[in-house]
Parts: sequence; C-alpha cells; structure tokens
Amino acid sequence: MGLTLSWLSIIILIPLAGLFLKSFELSPEQFWNILSSRRTLNALRVSFGLAFAAACVNLVMGSIIVWALVRYRFPGRRIFDAIVDVPFALPTAVAGVALTALFAEKGWLGAPLAALGIKVAFTPVGIFVAMIFIGIPFVVRTVQPVLQDLDPEIEEAAGSLGASRWQTIIRVILPSLAPALLTGLALAFARAVGEYGSVIFIAGNLPNVSEIAPLLIVIRLSEFRYADATAIAVVMLVVSFVVIFAVNRLQRWAQSRIPAR
Amino acid sequence: MTIEVRNLVKKFGSFAALDGVDLKVDNGELLALLGPSGSGKTTLLRIIAGLDWPDSGEVSFNGEDALAQGARERHVGFVFQHYALFRHMTVFENVAFGLRVQPRAVRKDEATIRARVKELLDLVQLDWLADRYPSQLSGGQRQRIALARALAIEPRILLLDEPFGALDAKVRKELRRWLRSLHHEINVTSIFVTHDQEEALEVANRVVVMDKGRIEQIGSPDDVYETPATAFVHGFIGESIELPVQVDGGVIRLGDRPLQLTAEGLVPGASKLFVRRHDMLVGPPGTGAFEGAVQHVRNFGPVQRAEVALSGGETIEIDAPRDKELRAGDTIGLNPRRYRIFAA
Repeated sequence: MGLTLSWLSIIILIPLAGLFLKSFELSPEQFWNILSSRRTLNALRVSFGLAFAAACVNLVMGSIIVWALVRYRFPGRRIFDAIVDVPFALPTAVAGVALTALFAEKGWLGAPLAALGIKVAFTPVGIFVAMIFIGIPFVVRTVQPVLQDLDPEIEEAAGSLGASRWQTIIRVILPSLAPALLTGLALAFARAVGEYGSVIFIAGNLPNVSEIAPLLIVIRLSEFRYADATAIAVVMLVVSFVVIFAVNRLQRWAQSRIPAR
Repeated sequence: MTIEVRNLVKKFGSFAALDGVDLKVDNGELLALLGPSGSGKTTLLRIIAGLDWPDSGEVSFNGEDALAQGARERHVGFVFQHYALFRHMTVFENVAFGLRVQPRAVRKDEATIRARVKELLDLVQLDWLADRYPSQLSGGQRQRIALARALAIEPRILLLDEPFGALDAKVRKELRRWLRSLHHEINVTSIFVTHDQEEALEVANRVVVMDKGRIEQIGSPDDVYETPATAFVHGFIGESIELPVQVDGGVIRLGDRPLQLTAEGLVPGASKLFVRRHDMLVGPPGTGAFEGAVQHVRNFGPVQRAEVALSGGETIEIDAPRDKELRAGDTIGLNPRRYRIFAA
C-alpha cells in the first residue's frame, strides 16, 4: 500500500504537479494569450481532432481484425496475430521514416495516390495515417481476450430464438464487447494524442496546418520559452484527463449492465 | 409435432459422430437421448435444431423437410448445457428476446410482450427475479430462465442439451421432477440429451440409447432397463456384473468351470454374461451356479455390497439385502435370478 502510493507519486503525480506549478509562473492573462494564439489553437486542434478521428477508424477496423483473428482459422493467422504488435514494438522514429518513405510522392503508396490527386506525406492526412498505425494494436489487444471469452453458444441461442445475423450482432455481441471497445478507443486515442516520433517525420510540420501540439511544445522549449511550453502541456493534460475520465464513466456504465460472471 | 430422422450421417474428419441414425418422435413425447460422451447424442440434437448440418440423411417435422430451413426458421426452442443467457440483459429482457427480434409485421406490442414474459416467468416460478442479471442467479435459476426464454417463441419442439449437466446433484433432482411436470403442463414435443441414466429413466417417456454414432435401443424406461437389447445397453444402464463366458455344446463355462445355466438358443463362442448386482441371490455353498469367497462387505444404503472372488478367478460386486448374514471369509453359492448372455 505504502509502496504503491509512493511509487505512483514519484512516477506520476509529482511530475504532473510540477508541470502545474511551472505554469503558475504565468499570470492568467499571459496564460490566456499563449493559449489563444492562432498557432497554439491550431496545433491543439490538429492533435486532438486527428487523434480522435484515428481512434474511431481504429475502433472499426480493429473490431473487424479481432473478429477475423478470433473467429476464423486461416493460413498465416498466427503471423497476422503477431504483426498486430509491430506498432507497439517498433521505435516510433523508425515507423515515421518508414511511413514517410512509403507515402512520399515517389513512394510505393504515395505515387499512385499522388496520381489520384491525394497527397499524404507532409499533410494532415499523413498525421492521420501515422496515428492509425500506432493506435491499432490498442483496440485489437483489448478486445481480443473479451471476444475469445464470448461463448459462441450465445450466438446460436440468439439464432434459434429467431434473431437475424444482424440482430445478433447489434443486440448480443456488440453490447457484450462494449466495455472493451470503449477501453480500446480510449487507449488508441491517448496514444495518438501523445504520439510524437512517427508523426513529426510524415507531418511536414507546417505551423497552423500540420503541426501537432507535442511538437509545438518542443519548439517552445528550444526557444527557451519554458512557460509557453508548460501552458500548452497543461492544456493537453487537462483535456486528456477529461477524455479518460469520460471514457471511464462510460465504461463503468456499460460494465454495470454486464456484471462479471 | 412429430419428428422423423432418416439415415443421418455426420462426420467430423474421419470420426463418425452419427453413423446412420433413424428415429421417429411422436407428438407430445418427452424423449431422452442417452449415451456416453462421444456417442453422437448432442450432434443429433444440434442437427434437429439446425445448429449443425448432416453429411447425408433426412430430418422432417410433421412430414416437412426441416433441413431446408435454418435454425431461425425452424421454430425450435433450444436449451444449452451452460445456459447461454445474454449477460448484459436482465432476466426479463432475456426471456423477451425471442419476442423482440420477430419481424416487424408479426411482432407483438410492448404490453403483450410484457404480459407474455410475466406469464413465462410465473411458469418457471421466477417472476421475482425479473430485474436481476444472469450473473446474480444460481445455476438452477439460470437454467429455468433459459427454458422460459426458449418457450417464449412458442416453439414447435423443445430441445435440451444436457440441461442439468452443470448443476449439483440436489438441484438436478429437483429440476428433473420439475421438468417432467412442466412437460405435462405444456405438452410440447421435447427431446433432451443426457449421459445420466437415472435422469433419462426418471424423466422420459421413451429412452433412446446411443453409442458410437448408432442407436442401440429405443424403448420405454422399463424396456431398456429390464430387457436390454445389446451388451452395451446392459452394461451402460443399471449397474451390471459382466463376466466373460464361453458357450459350447450347450454348456456355458466361466474359465473351465461349467455353469448350471441353460445355454438354449445361444450362439456358440466367446460371450458375455450380464447380471444385475441385486439379481445375484446368495445361498449356501454348492447350491448356485457360481461359488465364491466373500472378500469384504460394506453397508451401502438399503443394501450391503459384497466383493466376492469367484472360483473361476473373477472378482465381482453383488448387492444383498441387509438382513442377509454375510461376513468376509465366508464361502457362498450365487444364483442369478435373471441374467442375459450376449455374443462378445
């Protein structure tokens, strides 16, 4: 108990408190000016907006991947299952370089896309792609064990009671997976918001267009504008807290409807 | 609803789960499929329900081809061994599920659904649990809810897969009696699968004994117990003494000892002699077909169970009345009151 508390304090609470204290060096007015500057607002919008969009895409695609991995037996299934973990393990800079090379105008995917008039690398779309890449394992790995535990008999029961396949998915399967799906969504979102390494390579980092908030913090630090950096950091922290808290509540609500066996 | 199954074959790889099964179920019957695990009884039930498909053969309900329909269209109530209740729904919603997923054209209005669910919960005597979740119920309660859920769609046939298999002995006994009276009340054609012979004999009107994907015997509980058709049935139902004997020249031998039993109508060769434990009557030495030494005696409910080493070399267990004087070391004669011999 004591150990847990001290450890959590040293590792998590004290650095966060330090962050808040640092930001108090600014007057409320200065704080507000930093935040309401166009560049800061745009950076925050890019970070949170794209992270949320990427998490939603991961939720849908991740669910489909999980379904295939758990319910079907196909050649190479184990290999695909292992591949899911690659974004976890790959150093983010390596991922960034790889994605950039792939989506650059002369890259394997970038060239055909450019022919269609779609530019991925060095645009917000590139950030979006990188965020999807690093977020996908979070959805897959949180939903997978829950789906594995889900008894196929309940689908048979629903079928024999007259439910169509679609009704079975909507009324039986999804509600059973809801808490895990929400957790996966939250984790993928949190990871995407904080992602730095893989994004900065592909983003192009144009202020106001494709500049993410973490990068802006680094820029401010390198300019020795420490207070500015902490102000942005505090906002990210607060927004992240709110999101995690909201998802937690949602999750608890969903779980209260599915008490543990 | 009558069910007819003709020459059903189902293979899982090289393993024949069903190996040519024919069966007719009459309207309103309560039929038990009894057999050891791997005998194909669950596979047969699942094919009737539409949850599995045979490799060949026919299934018809009231003369109509059932294999042309999926599980959804067959209107069959299915009760699973592990209940398969929807965990995220209350008991009430579980029972209402079958009514709520009906096509809009035939779906009942909310008031009718509520009334129907209430009625079913009353029927299974669990109306007071309507707002609970399945995880808050005991095993026996869950299985009764699963049954109410299956009955909600007014099934033409009720199929139960080892319905009491996951419950403890006392609850199982209660539910057996309850199921029989429920069937009496609703009178829907029902088939249940079990590996528990006592359950099959106590609950069903007719018992189908299966082994290795084939039907060994179909008959009333009395039939399968009193006149087993095959060696397997005799060995599986009721506790039997099984002795390897040799039939030749009108004599039955156990080892090299001839037994004073009639060999009339028996096929010569290696055979198996079956006697129920309580059908072995104890007498003074030299008076019975068998002779043996009592090894030890235990009291076992209303009987005493004695282990006897026969002079032919085999050791058997017999059940004798409690008032019979039996002591370890006694030499006794044994005479089977009834016995059956099957060619091995």
